[in-house]
Amino acid sequence: MAGTNGYLSGSNLERVLKNGHFAVTAELGPPQNADGNIIRKKIGLLKGCCDAANLTDNQTAIVRMSSIGAGAILVQEGLEPVIQMVCRDRNRLAMQSDLLGAYALGIRNLLCLTGDHQTFGNHPTAKNVFDIDSTQMVQMVTDMRDKRVFQCGEEFKGQEPRFFAGAAESPFAHPVDFRPYRLAKKVKAGASFIQTQLVFDLEAFQKFMEKVRELGVHKQTYILAGVGPLKSPTMAKYMRDNVPGILIPDELIKRMTAAGAPWAGKSKDELTPEDKKARTKAWQAEGIKICIELIQQLRETEGVSGVHIMGIEWEEAVKPIVEGAGLYPRPVVTEPQAA
Amino acid sequence: MIVAEQKSLEEIKKLVGNAKKVLVAGCGTCVTVCFAGGSREAAIVSAELRMSTKLAGDPKEVADVTVQRQCEWEYLDEIAEQVQGVDVVLSLGCGVGVQAIAEHFPNVWVVPGLNTKFMGLPTEQGVWAERCAACGDCILGLTGGICPIARCSKSLLNGPCGGSLDGHCEINAEVPCGWQLIYDRLKSMGKLEVLMEIQAPKNWRTSRDGGPRKIVREDLRLVSEEK
Ligand code: SF4
Ligand code: SF4
Repeated sequence: MAGTNGYLSGSNLERVLKNGHFAVTAELGPPQNADGNIIRKKIGLLKGCCDAANLTDNQTAIVRMSSIGAGAILVQEGLEPVIQMVCRDRNRLAMQSDLLGAYALGIRNLLCLTGDHQTFGNHPTAKNVFDIDSTQMVQMVTDMRDKRVFQCGEEFKGQEPRFFAGAAESPFAHPVDFRPYRLAKKVKAGASFIQTQLVFDLEAFQKFMEKVRELGVHKQTYILAGVGPLKSPTMAKYMRDNVPGILIPDELIKRMTAAGAPWAGKSKDELTPEDKKARTKAWQAEGIKICIELIQQLRETEGVSGVHIMGIEWEEAVKPIVEGAGLYPRPVVTEPQAA
Repeated sequence: MIVAEQKSLEEIKKLVGNAKKVLVAGCGTCVTVCFAGGSREAAIVSAELRMSTKLAGDPKEVADVTVQRQCEWEYLDEIAEQVQGVDVVLSLGCGVGVQAIAEHFPNVWVVPGLNTKFMGLPTEQGVWAERCAACGDCILGLTGGICPIARCSKSLLNGPCGGSLDGHCEINAEVPCGWQLIYDRLKSMGKLEVLMEIQAPKNWRTSRDGGPRKIVREDLRLVSEEK
């Protein structure tokens, strides 16, 4: 069974990208409990603002509602999901069976990830899996779709899962020189789209993209640059110093600090709750402003086909960002275009 | 070599329990070289055990002996008498040594005095590091002689994850990133193109995932039968 009209999966994200629109995806973090209404609430914040929403898979190795379970709720509610799947928790059997189930539930986009090591999370004594890596996962999933075979080579009888499959790249993780090649490798494995780690340092990102363009990879895949709003100067510094592959230029930290200047120099006790609220608001406004500016510049970058907005438990920020960047409303691609 | 570390005296005492006669059995090979279970350590552990149980009002008779290799039955024959005469053998061999004693002396109670850690080498005085996970299908030829199975925390085969920073692994600043090492080595050897090939999923059947492993060498077997 081939895809319709030349599409691989026919997902909204695929249609938006293939029709040349600048795509917007947004991250939706499932809760650390079994409450589906939390997902529904977040759907309310994102629906209409993005072409598809990424559901993280036990992000930072903390147990959360499964990306597939949450994804099924998104399908019910009419927001297209991109389910993320990491190599840490499942072997090739579990991955494939979950993908069959996800497809049957109406899920069409998949992001293949390595996954953070379990020592970071809330079950550091767990055994990890890493049966296959993210490049191999991309290959497995695209072979299921295009060759109609399981990873073992056995052929499908009946419906194969047809996912629009992507992978991630962290442009500034080390060894930096290898990153464009690693991206190329994932594309060679079959990644139709790439979502990057958060980009704050445009200059460094341009260098990365230069190499990507030199390799011609931007023409074989859709690259969605990762962006996100800073919430406070403290959070910005924390990310800069503690998260591998996140570069935040001093200038942005200065801007965040300046946004809180009216309240600077006052001790904790001197600030009234109203003061604190106003300061938070000022920081958030600046964080959103910076994010919008970044998106506008990324839009001008050759080879960047969209943005992936990671609110990091601040999904409320997505709408003002998308609106501010002039990316609202999102295109409706009803008539699938034959490729 | 196999690298091991001694268990705490507290745990050793618990393992020995209320046995009256104890034999501490050292091993003269890997665990001697890594200062965990050679004749010197066997003597120290037995002295500690003797002293602390005496102080606790439960004096034990503790002797020690060290064989050249606990992991071969023929070496164990040398200590058969001593082993049979005690209530418990505290083996300071690696996990293989402990099991060799259990298998060779079915009526002897043996407990481990070490935690067997990994296969590795000393990187400096007093420091040992893992090098091989015995995956059973060596791919060092693809990675410049640096093992991604044992030295990458996620055993990745197609390059580094996104957590590699300043040469160390995301799990800990003390752990070198195996893939950074592989990259640097291939780069210095002018062989980076090797990394552009997509490596297929590994056959883990040759590793522990395929069940307990065994090697049968018919050629050698026949020779011993002919004798
Ligand atoms: S590839 Fe396998 S056999 Fe070779 S060093 Fe690594 S774990 Fe050991
Ligand atoms: S940081 Fe390096 S060693 Fe650690 S898991 Fe990632 S690639 Fe492997």
